[in-house]
Amino acid sequence: MIVCVKQVPDPEAPPASFQVDAASGRMVIAPSVNPVISPFDEQAVEAALRLKDAHGGKITVLSLGKDAVPHVIKKPLAMGADELILLQDDALEGGDSWSTAFALAHAIKKIGQYDLIFCGRQAADWDAGQVGSGIAELLGVPSVTLARKVEVSDGKAVVERVVPDGYEVVEVSLPALITVSNELGEPRYPTLRGIMATKKIEPIVWTAADLGVEASQCGVAGRRTRLLKLFKPVKEGRCQLIQADSPAEAGEKLALKLREAKLL
Amino acid sequence: MSDYKGVLVLAEVAQGKLAPIALELLGAGHGLAQQLGEQCSAALLGNGVTALAQEAIAYGADRVYVVDDPLLQDYQSDLYLAAMDKIITEASPQIVLLGQTSIGRDLAPRLAFRRQTGLSMDCVELSIDPETRLLLQTRPVYGGNARATFVSESRPQMATVRAKAMTPLERDASRQGEVVAVAAGLSPSMIRAKVVHRVKEEVEGIKLEDAQVIVGGGRGVGGPEAFKQLEELARILGGAVGASRPPCDSNWVPASLQIGLTGKVVTPELYIAIGISGASQHMAGCSGARNIVAINKNPEANIFNEASYGVVGDFRQVLPAFIAKVRELVGK
Repeated sequence: MIVCVKQVPDPEAPPASFQVDAASGRMVIAPSVNPVISPFDEQAVEAALRLKDAHGGKITVLSLGKDAVPHVIKKPLAMGADELILLQDDALEGGDSWSTAFALAHAIKKIGQYDLIFCGRQAADWDAGQVGSGIAELLGVPSVTLARKVEVSDGKAVVERVVPDGYEVVEVSLPALITVSNELGEPRYPTLRGIMATKKIEPIVWTAADLGVEASQCGVAGRRTRLLKLFKPVKEGRCQLIQADSPAEAGEKLALKLREAKLL
Repeated sequence: MSDYKGVLVLAEVAQGKLAPIALELLGAGHGLAQQLGEQCSAALLGNGVTALAQEAIAYGADRVYVVDDPLLQDYQSDLYLAAMDKIITEASPQIVLLGQTSIGRDLAPRLAFRRQTGLSMDCVELSIDPETRLLLQTRPVYGGNARATFVSESRPQMATVRAKAMTPLERDASRQGEVVAVAAGLSPSMIRAKVVHRVKEEVEGIKLEDAQVIVGGGRGVGGPEAFKQLEELARILGGAVGASRPPCDSNWVPASLQIGLTGKVVTPELYIAIGISGASQHMAGCSGARNIVAINKNPEANIFNEASYGVVGDFRQVLPAFIAKVRELVGK
């Protein structure tokens, strides 16, 4: 099994930590915001670990980005994954979903054998939501998106896919790619033993040359979309706060206020 | 790139009718096509859907490409992909729009990669740059903390569009258009990921997407018991109960109640947010509400930046008095 993960600024940080620098049109993330594995990707790791618990097998974690912080990017290993491959090369940086999927698909081809590839449904920074499906298309394997449960039997995967009014049960031949949604449930915590074991595992680092891709195909050069403008949505900030002597009185006043505004 | 002309939108079908998102995309596609001085086409996929082509025309399509095949009765990833790929080859549009729906989320990225083209998911604004005539694709990023505008460097320019972000045209049955049946050559052997059955987990009462009043609970309500109070309030107001992500992830309420970036997008007249901090991920699903009312004990909570009315206080003390007064006022 292969799991693709991305390191992102902690999406749970307060909204004020995420600012846009108007001059450069770039995101400015407050230094207090810690890097984490994108939460949906942690759930992708969890999905793979549940299958490993049930059936055994080896889990290889794959991540693109030269800013990876060792203790952050090693978390999937501490959770129970076996191997970590980092794609680190200036030529691979600055890409969009297209160039990211392109590099990851080539890395997966280089790994060679696999039954399942897991990705989070979207990364918590750019929320693009297309790298997983893109990898599947580039590799020519089927995909199932928005999984909340994955089981394997008789050479196929049975996946529960989240839809607005319930779920679909999807059977897919292997190898296949599955994107995982938050409905899968909380990922496990790393164990102390897991963390200790991780210290001995050195990540394997691959460059664009190792993947056999030309610089013109990946990173900035391989993009299919271009960012024109980045901005903060305008907030009106016109909240009328109800003042009262007690919480109960505030509750009553709120009801009266809503009535006055013809909202009730 | 001049070989690519016009706008193509996927007109999704639900319960034998054009889905609301189909009408919204037709409205958006029609507007963009007019700015370009080109045509707006619809792709209509399903079983026995040919009759809906006139409806798509009435809502703004100049031409409707139809793949009418029993195999397309329900959404199957591989078949829809093949059919849309075929229609794009035939129509050669410069813009392709899909909804940010269960289908669009699955289909759009695979389709974009098959066409080797760029895609922006979950757009909330689309327009044509008057100088470059490129499609400007604006969508929330960083969980709604910022917005980004993208352009495509390849053709077709593809985007998925958030529900209720675009306005349908008035239905006009006198509009004329052309219907083109497309032979997509579909066969059951093309299905690699097969939906074997569908399970409905509908909650009783009014659907969140349709509700005029929504009472939402967040992490701050502390547990599943509090949702009983929220349900009571919703019932008095003839509304529905929703939640931010933490109560769903903690199984206090079913995941189908989740409102937000990874849940449902709702646009009620009144949204009463209780114990909800107003994280961007949640606001992405409810910022279209006409009026937001917040009860939260943290005066610094972001929800007060979004709300029109608020009470800073513990909901346990505020809510019973609020519910009693509301009951008295609405007479239930």
